[in-house]
Amino acid sequence: MTDAALPTDKAAFRQGLETRLKKRYAQERRFRLYGQLAITLALGFLVLLVGRIALQGYSTFIDYQITQSIYVDPAKVDRSDIGGANFDLLVADQMLARLGEKDDEFGETSGKMMDIISNDFGFQLLKMVKADPTLIGKTVKVTGPVKADAALYYKGELKRSTPEEERKLDNRQLTWLDRMQASGAVSKGFNFGFLTKSDSTEPEQAGVLGAVVGSAMMLLVTAVLAVPIGVLAATYLEEFAPKNRWTDLIEVNINNLAAVPSIVYGLLGLAVFINWLHVPRSSPLVGGLVLALMALPTVIIATRSALKAVPPSIREAALGVGASRTQTVFHHVLPLAMPGVMTGAILSLAHALGETAPLLMIGMISFVPGVPEGFTGAATTLPVQVFIWENASERAFHERTAAAILVLLAFMIVMNLAAILLRRRFERRW
Amino acid sequence: MLTWIALLALFLFSGATYAFGRRKAQALVRGQKGALHSLPGYHGSYVALWAGLPAALVVLAAAMFGGRMEAALLRADIPPAVAALQGQMQDVFFDDARALAHGGQASETAYDGDLRVALEAKAQQAKRLEQLIRYGALAAGAVLGLAGLALAYPRISPSFRARNRVEGWIAVLFIACAVTAILTTVGIVASLVWESWRFFQSVSPIDFLLGTDWDPQIAMRSDQYATKGAFGAVPLFVGTFLIMLIAMIVAAPIGLFSAIYLSEYARPLTRGVVKPLLEILAGVPTVVYGFFAALTVGPIFREGFNSLGRLMIGGPLDGLGVYLSQVQNQMALVAGAVMGIMLIPFVSSLSDDIMNAVPQSLRDGSLAMGATRSETVKKVVLPAALPGIMAAMLLAVSRAIGETMIVTMAAGLQAKTTLNPLDTVTTVTVQIVTLLTGDQEFDSPKTLSAFGLGLTLFVVTFILNVIALRIVQKYREQYD
Repeated sequence: MTDAALPTDKAAFRQGLETRLKKRYAQERRFRLYGQLAITLALGFLVLLVGRIALQGYSTFIDYQITQSIYVDPAKVDRSDIGGANFDLLVADQMLARLGEKDDEFGETSGKMMDIISNDFGFQLLKMVKADPTLIGKTVKVTGPVKADAALYYKGELKRSTPEEERKLDNRQLTWLDRMQASGAVSKGFNFGFLTKSDSTEPEQAGVLGAVVGSAMMLLVTAVLAVPIGVLAATYLEEFAPKNRWTDLIEVNINNLAAVPSIVYGLLGLAVFINWLHVPRSSPLVGGLVLALMALPTVIIATRSALKAVPPSIREAALGVGASRTQTVFHHVLPLAMPGVMTGAILSLAHALGETAPLLMIGMISFVPGVPEGFTGAATTLPVQVFIWENASERAFHERTAAAILVLLAFMIVMNLAAILLRRRFERRW
Repeated sequence: MLTWIALLALFLFSGATYAFGRRKAQALVRGQKGALHSLPGYHGSYVALWAGLPAALVVLAAAMFGGRMEAALLRADIPPAVAALQGQMQDVFFDDARALAHGGQASETAYDGDLRVALEAKAQQAKRLEQLIRYGALAAGAVLGLAGLALAYPRISPSFRARNRVEGWIAVLFIACAVTAILTTVGIVASLVWESWRFFQSVSPIDFLLGTDWDPQIAMRSDQYATKGAFGAVPLFVGTFLIMLIAMIVAAPIGLFSAIYLSEYARPLTRGVVKPLLEILAGVPTVVYGFFAALTVGPIFREGFNSLGRLMIGGPLDGLGVYLSQVQNQMALVAGAVMGIMLIPFVSSLSDDIMNAVPQSLRDGSLAMGATRSETVKKVVLPAALPGIMAAMLLAVSRAIGETMIVTMAAGLQAKTTLNPLDTVTTVTVQIVTLLTGDQEFDSPKTLSAFGLGLTLFVVTFILNVIALRIVQKYREQYD
């Protein structure tokens, strides 16, 4: 009986085996799919993040300028008191005249006009007339941007179909804007002002120059402090220090410091640098000091791994021909480890560039309308500028926030690329 | 300015002494370097160090602490008219005297009679003291520089061990740099503990850690009702925990599976493309994630929940529908989810490293026994890597707790003790930022409470980091 039963048993066994195998393979495919799904999700988030910000921000780089001939009316501009004249009103009146309208007695119509053209016109005119008072009584050409809300209309983000009470500009203003555009007075161009001006309360005049310069000054302080100190500390720990309890303690301590939340460094800066040592608040100097302390552990860790990668044979050869340990390190080991050290340094500086939280602690949140005056003057940095603009209520600032992020990301990408290229160019296998 | 000129002069002087020392060493042996113990350059450096360094330190110290010294000396004798002033007014008086002397911003206090005379006298004295300190430091620098030269230069001889001496100085520099890292920790701990201690004098630590009411408002007048404010931090801890939990629910599975795929399945080409892209995601500044959360994810989630809620109104889940139709942008879910996205590359790169450290022989053994890849991962690689992965998760938790910008921009300010992810909560870091930005007076419990929160944050993340780093270290040793 067993002989007869065996084939069926075998078949059943084989079938069982195959179903099990199928199940296992299905499981294998599912597992693999989870992995692919996870990576797709992660990269999808990256695309979503960058894409969304690029979409929000690109329109900042387009601006709309109006060129207007303005008659500097001697009746309205007093030669003896040029600063006292209302240039904004002068510009608005003549813009209205061009559209065939007249101001009413309460100044309401000209007020509406002032809401759609930037007061940059007034500034420019004031500057021109102050520099050359003979212009009074003559006609000058002035080119300036439209107000941010008007630019939003031109860009199609503020629509006529929205009910009038829900938008910033009323129908009359929109009609003016349409007529000005139809008459060819409005020209569309690249917004250089965003890159050459500093922060302003008027969105159309706000730019990132001050923040970029502030970031650069702060990074300079950070680099000058963190890189030499970090490299020397790492060299000491890796090449000279005896292995004992103290050096172990330093090592554990450095690894821990690298994982301390950045805001704690801000608290340290506030308590020690500002309240105790009286370094000026919100200056590039104090910001650079705080970021240097923050970047130090990562520089040390990167340098140590670069030093570890240099083979002992190099050291032995140098010591063998009579070099001292210091000579060995400075003449041979450090130069060979330099690419790795620089890569690590650039990456930690890139990280410091994007840091915001500790800077808020040391008072870097104030409105700074110009380029910082020096290392002890008030300054703002790119990430802080992003934070400040994000808090602004006007919608026009939101697109500027996204554009400032694009500038920030561009700097980060340049620094990261530099690090990658450095690594590729000088990478050495022993 | 004078300090910079002095330092420049010292630098030039020290450069010149380097040349002298070097020349002398060479001349002593008539150019035959073999007869010298150290190369001529070391003799030069030795002289230059003695000539430049002590003098530079004195000049720098005078520049940094001169102001304080002057203030202290000014107070050495207090005129009787000033001694009669109230405690704080004395400080103001001396500040004004120094402001008068150096052309600074004086307070608006009016001084007359004896006080006016005393003020002028003190201002004169401050001017004299400032000049004394300034020129005294310069003179001391000059003397020290010349003395250093006089001390070091005669020592040069063929058998002088200049190299060992110079390397001794370099060793001091090395150790000073390594100690900076320790000093940073000491600075963090000391400043947090000191300011927290001042805070705990007005609010008891037990009320702080266990109180359930957070409302750090300080009354403007002392007779107002809410003089003390409430400093119970439990709602903040709960909010921080909730957001951290949501972030980990997003980041842990996605990060772990990405790491598994990258280390076990991906071809080198895929790995070469995906890893740098993930690194970009890791390099995006947190303020950018905050902007993304506040202006993109927040509105999308709100709209989604609101329209879902509107669909449910009138149905069997009417109450829930009404609630959903009213949720706001600033819910814990938004901040948590975006923080999770931020943590994905962090978790994945740490786990990837740890799984790569599992020896290939373990995998080969498992595959040779007929296990599929997924079975190998689940039954062999993951168990072997488990402690390391736990450590990676702990580090991610510590990052999530300390993360500031995303929550500041996307979570709320309202302190609520709730675990509802659709509700608005606030976190420890958000409160630190709100307490310390804006106008602050430094003695109120309101600003000091930020340091109490900072200390708690530091202690918690420190413990997490220590545990995680311990595990990682122990685990690495196993396979090395």
